[in-house]
Amino acid sequence: MQALGGLKVADFSWFISGPLTAKFLGDCGAEVVHIESGTSPDNMRSTIPMRDNVPGINRSAAFARYNSSKYGLSLNLKQPNGVDMAKKIVAWADVVVENFSSGTMERLGLGYEDLKKARADIIMVSLPMFGHTGPWARHPGLGSQLTDLIGFGNVTGWPDREPNSPPGAYTDFITPYFAVCAIMATLDYRRRTGRGQYIEISQYEAGIHFLTPVIMDWFVHGRQPNRVGNRCRGVAPYGVYRCRGHERWCAIAVFTEGEWRSLCGVIEKPSLAEDPRFATGLARVENCEQLDGLIEEWTGNRSAEEVMSLMQEAGVAAGAVLNGRDLGEDAHLNARGFYKELVHPEIGHHRYLLPPFRLSKTPGEPKMAAPCLGQHNEYVCKRILGMSDEEFVQLLNEGVFD
Amino acid sequence: MGMICDRNPGQESMFGVYRALDLSDEKGFICGKTLADLGADVVKIEPPGGDPGRNIGPFYHDIPRAEESLYWFAYNANKRGITLNIETTDGQKIFKRLAKTADFVIESFSPGYLKNLGLDYSVLSQINPGIILASITPFGQSGPYRDHKTADIVSMALGGYMYLTGESDRPPVRIGFPQAYLHAGMAAASGAMLAHCHRQLTGEGQWVDVSIHEACAWIPPDSYIFWEMNQLLEERHGAVRVRPTTGARMRRIWQCVDGYVSFDLYGGRLARNFMTPLVAWMAEEGMAPDFLTEIDWATFDYSAVPADIVDGISEPVGRFFMGHTKEELWQGGIARRCCIYPVSSPGEVGRSAQLAERDYWVDLRHDELNCSITYPGLCIRSSEAKCSLRRRAPLIGEHNEEIYGGVGLSKEELVVLRQAGVI
Repeated sequence: MQALGGLKVADFSWFISGPLTAKFLGDCGAEVVHIESGTSPDNMRSTIPMRDNVPGINRSAAFARYNSSKYGLSLNLKQPNGVDMAKKIVAWADVVVENFSSGTMERLGLGYEDLKKARADIIMVSLPMFGHTGPWARHPGLGSQLTDLIGFGNVTGWPDREPNSPPGAYTDFITPYFAVCAIMATLDYRRRTGRGQYIEISQYEAGIHFLTPVIMDWFVHGRQPNRVGNRCRGVAPYGVYRCRGHERWCAIAVFTEGEWRSLCGVIEKPSLAEDPRFATGLARVENCEQLDGLIEEWTGNRSAEEVMSLMQEAGVAAGAVLNGRDLGEDAHLNARGFYKELVHPEIGHHRYLLPPFRLSKTPGEPKMAAPCLGQHNEYVCKRILGMSDEEFVQLLNEGVFD
Repeated sequence: MGMICDRNPGQESMFGVYRALDLSDEKGFICGKTLADLGADVVKIEPPGGDPGRNIGPFYHDIPRAEESLYWFAYNANKRGITLNIETTDGQKIFKRLAKTADFVIESFSPGYLKNLGLDYSVLSQINPGIILASITPFGQSGPYRDHKTADIVSMALGGYMYLTGESDRPPVRIGFPQAYLHAGMAAASGAMLAHCHRQLTGEGQWVDVSIHEACAWIPPDSYIFWEMNQLLEERHGAVRVRPTTGARMRRIWQCVDGYVSFDLYGGRLARNFMTPLVAWMAEEGMAPDFLTEIDWATFDYSAVPADIVDGISEPVGRFFMGHTKEELWQGGIARRCCIYPVSSPGEVGRSAQLAERDYWVDLRHDELNCSITYPGLCIRSSEAKCSLRRRAPLIGEHNEEIYGGVGLSKEELVVLRQAGVI
């Protein structure tokens, strides 16, 4: 049984925030149609990595990552009959997801008022950058830059260097959770009242929730934090430590006296526990650099995995810094079945991530590999919308799927 | 579109008919907060004396009191609060009584802890078959690391994001404000809401297992797939991106007069949006060299461009930015639809014209502190249903009387329970 069996979703979105939202729904059993332009497709399709470094509209693993469990429909929304077709999908759908620049859906004739005419109780969810109102409403941008506008860049990195802005479109991994929660609440609301609704989640406003105490600290005290590397106020040792090999590191964090004593045992320096430089929490914070050096003397001769296991066995929080290869091979992620291998028509066998929530009775997982561009045009027209062969061929000839 | 997204135009609450019991510590605060923001009645349950999450700074006026942590305020607003020692037999009985009418239970104890108390999912579901239990743990309820400990830096390390963050000549670095538990808490809220959707159709609840490790493994966008597709390891390069294929250094963060701005070098469709207006602006100010104005950005393909050409493009762009302030570049960019974003400080976010215009910030009254504190408002805005930021985070045991009274405990019983250390 699927958590969202019977739910129908029209996904007009691109890049990451919208597609990932709809992917989570699809993985959990919703029937999702991903709609994109045939001539100007989702930008992620041209984003590397491509299978074997060979470019191709259907070869991007970056696109695939956010589009499992979806049917792929290509539509030319610049043609009136393309828009008519989109409205047929909307009439079929319970939920519409989009994340274009503010105003785009209205320009296409697919604003909320238009969609309500196609289906009166439609739930439409927009994930604009800034929202549909305000002086920046129409300004374009990407999650990678929004990450800096919100302030993640400013707090990340070393005090003596430029900001080490978190890479990739960091905020694109925040907004989808708010969107999934909102969609589930609107479905409940519709069951109770019979009414659909329009939901707007500004990605700017969502991302700020991951820095709330920092912003409140400014409102209350006017404080502007400096970059602190990996330091955690009042806690030591806390950081990443160099291990044996090229770019191998292990994170270690010690909060309690018990953990401190355990750590001293693990690093084979039990006398450190009583050493006046480190015997109390305050002393450890004061002498943290010296302490880090002593710990690194020990970690430097061991593999990151060995450091992690020995620390964890002794009850100290520790974790190797995983690179891309390590992530795929991670024993724990694999034991929990975090990766699901599927076969993609052009990428071939490759692995998709499970959603980061496991439902005991209705577990979700990627069900179909991400669609090639327009892969399910015929399926969507005939099986979902109930068109005849003739109708489908006519649309094809009219260039609706271009 | 002519449609105003008022935060609470409607009469009917989006999700107000549901109740959640929130046993979590900082690993799960934002989960209950999100349900509460949607309108649910979320009851934060703390051990007598207060939740350890109250000890996380910063504190109001830097005085470290349990009821004055800004961290606690931030992620427990909109909840009511009671104290209950679920390690006592009386506490367990009372918890079960509360669970009978609750729709969600949120917890972040170590795996097996609730089972030892006789309060795990199998017990709760007998009392209330519809109940949804959301559990947030460092590594989930199964697998070889199940009993391992974590911290923000440990989860960010194991999730793979740290490997990509920071300078190439220094250790990997975490985001300077803890993020791991926020991702996991939001994943738990999502899972609980998905389970709720299933319950609406079937009446049946279930157990939602969230591993902080897995929530963090979602954050690095490319590192695993670069390995899987091309056997390439993405490395960290601070404020630049290095194209793995050509070795070209593409700057992301640029210095300007009074700080830094974020500007991505892109080719293809994004170059039309980003490079074309920038080069035109540089030309207006006589700062665009000829070779730059001659590039056709619509067809420019960085994947094929050698590293020295990218350096040649970066040099005049960097010089242009060095002649302007953050605000000039941001406002000038907005006027030209050119994406030059400031690297903002918290104060710049707090003063944002966009957020002010949209009434984003909400002042909540803290009578005990004799002040109001400004909070981020809801990011979910509905045309129809009511959801709002309604109340500050609870004081320790603030709602004991009204909530325990609601399940039939008398005043005398409450006195006895308090003396016994149960509430």
